[in-house]
Amino acid sequence: MRAPTSLLPLRLAAVSFEVETKRIIDGVSLAIEPGPRTVIVGPNGAGKSVLMRLCHGLLRPTAGTIDWASPERPGERRRQAMVFQRPVMLRRSALANVEYALKIGGVPAREREGRARAALAEVGLAALANRGARVLSGGEQQRLALARAWVLRPEVLFLDEPTANLDPGASAEVERIIGTIRAAGTKIVLITHNLGQARRLGDEILFLNQGRLVERAPVDRFFNRPASPETEAFLRGELPWA
Amino acid sequence: MGLKRRIALAATLALAAAPLAAQEKFITVASTTSTEQSGLFKHLLPIFEKQTGIQVRVVAVGTGQALNMGRRGDADVVFVHDPAAEKKFVDEGQGVNYKQVMYNDFVIVGPKSDPAKVAGGKDVLEALKKIEAAKAPFVSRADKSGTHAAELRYWKSAGIDIGAQKGPWYKETGSGMGPALNTASSLGAYILADRGTWLSFKNRGDLAILVEGDRKLFNQYGIMLVNPAKHPNVKVDLGNAFIDWVVSPAGQKAIADYKVGGEQLFFPNYTGG
Amino acid sequence: MDTILQAFRDAVRLIVELDAGMLAIIRLSLQVSLSAVAIATLLALPVGAAIAVGRFPGRQATIVLLNALMGLPPVVVGLVVYLLLSRAGPLGELGLLFTPTAMVIAQTILILPIIAALARQAVEDAWREYQEQLHSLGAGGWKAALTLVWDIRFSLFTAVLAGLGRACAEVGAVMIVGGNIDGVTRVMTTTIALETSKGDLPLALGLGIVLVTIVLMLNAGAYSLKEVAQRRYG
Repeated sequence: MRAPTSLLPLRLAAVSFEVETKRIIDGVSLAIEPGPRTVIVGPNGAGKSVLMRLCHGLLRPTAGTIDWASPERPGERRRQAMVFQRPVMLRRSALANVEYALKIGGVPAREREGRARAALAEVGLAALANRGARVLSGGEQQRLALARAWVLRPEVLFLDEPTANLDPGASAEVERIIGTIRAAGTKIVLITHNLGQARRLGDEILFLNQGRLVERAPVDRFFNRPASPETEAFLRGELPWA
Repeated sequence: MGLKRRIALAATLALAAAPLAAQEKFITVASTTSTEQSGLFKHLLPIFEKQTGIQVRVVAVGTGQALNMGRRGDADVVFVHDPAAEKKFVDEGQGVNYKQVMYNDFVIVGPKSDPAKVAGGKDVLEALKKIEAAKAPFVSRADKSGTHAAELRYWKSAGIDIGAQKGPWYKETGSGMGPALNTASSLGAYILADRGTWLSFKNRGDLAILVEGDRKLFNQYGIMLVNPAKHPNVKVDLGNAFIDWVVSPAGQKAIADYKVGGEQLFFPNYTGG
Repeated sequence: MDTILQAFRDAVRLIVELDAGMLAIIRLSLQVSLSAVAIATLLALPVGAAIAVGRFPGRQATIVLLNALMGLPPVVVGLVVYLLLSRAGPLGELGLLFTPTAMVIAQTILILPIIAALARQAVEDAWREYQEQLHSLGAGGWKAALTLVWDIRFSLFTAVLAGLGRACAEVGAVMIVGGNIDGVTRVMTTTIALETSKGDLPLALGLGIVLVTIVLMLNAGAYSLKEVAQRRYG
């Protein structure tokens, strides 16, 4: 699914992000290409969430540039989406939450209900369509967040530790859905602190520590033959916090 | 946005329609709190409205404020009781069709314990002199009302410069007759009141009428139309209809017929002047 | 103590007898205050939401000013509106002085800052929770603010009730701009003021009890409506 005016590749050039005097992201340069599932790992406080928010446009870098191949213009339908660690649902039914995303995306009113129901079915929430979104369980809400993010078929889906607060059963469900989304052609960029999940879901790994991109490698090489001592320390569990 | 514009339109129409809805015949009369609280208007106005179909809307404030309402053009007719201020109003060219209509009387009300020993007296000036000499508590309305103006005239006639000679015994409340009576009642103080308000006042406490009947205590009411030359919005025909009725034999009789507890409060005295 | 007992007796008598004059006064009181609340809410919610999510120079000063305006003295508002609507004033042509419309205008001005300031606080707190998600979905600016306001409508409801309480309770504004005209602009609070000044304290207090009872019933009704609606969507 690569339209002629694709968003990707996304290029970051010497991007820094400072808050007061603390440098949370320190001179990161990288390109995110279409295709491989990109997984970002690193100890707590490494700046992974901030980096993802910079990419998604929720934050602006204090130095450096972030350029999409064909940038989104304000007022246009979004071609990238994000799922947060804690989903934020409107005080409406599950169905209405998905319809809201369609509405913002400029989908005409008569099409919204049908497409929203289909989206819910894809994540196994069809039976809960009329339940209040805020009374759903954590796992159900996260699946709803995925349905909502995917209903407009974005080119890129960012996920910030989507299963961090879920039990193993719900996590497995979420991973399965991510697989379905990926198979349909959406680029996946995922943050996780669960190295097993990184192995399962990643094609390439970006390792971030103290705001710097320390290593980037295909998944097998990253786990079996890490290039940097920092990476080795991290994989041994010796860097829980940055 | 269609919805927002519709709401704005509805709100404007609602606000604009309100004065249109009130197009029935009515006049605005600025009068005094003592006149309204005596109950005279509740008795008088239904008779007039039944006869002419004109609704009379009374805004009851102090005499000073009523005359100022006239000066601003916010009333059609002014009906107050301060001949000096009324004359000034007419001389300014603010009032026309000015007629003296009726009088009631003031009384000196005070605590039954009567520290200044004025009870039973028939001379208001003597009573005030005694009250000042005894420095007995006295409540003044101090609100530029007709009653307040009369009170100040009495002090002056009694040879007392109240502005200079007042002390903590002289309490200026800046309020209407009723609230001032409330204050006098709780303080056990003397006060100059119009008989009408006193007769319908229910919170008397220890107060009673101590001095009455002095001719000087008679309180003249006047009525006039706000000058339409200065204020084109004045309802000339309707306003004059009210004034003419009040001084007509029917109106004068209605005034005389008003009684509280069997007592007549207002004495019509229109003599064509 | 006698006065208070007599007041309760008067209150019961007023409610039981409910003569036409009393009903008209109660009806006018509700019309004026509910209209003022409706208009003020329509204006105040967007203003409060805009200040909450907006970033503009002087924002902090605006918030302080808005909070301070919650304490606008009703009698001052009445005076200002009177001067505006008086024949001698700029809007005299409209002929609105001493009408219920003038009373609605004055009360709307009085309670607008209350609803706006409370809404601003509620929206600002909620904005922190919703901002990233709404931004991510592509909802920006006033679209996001509107979505937020609708989503926290139950919290905003309390702000609206605060405005309603203030409107029903005030006497200074409606007295000056309405003139307390018998049968035309006399409402519960101005009637209580009148009876007090006539010295009929038990009756005034009785009317006060009736007024408080009505406001209590209004609040109870509004609360149960809110509870029913809230149970559906959390």
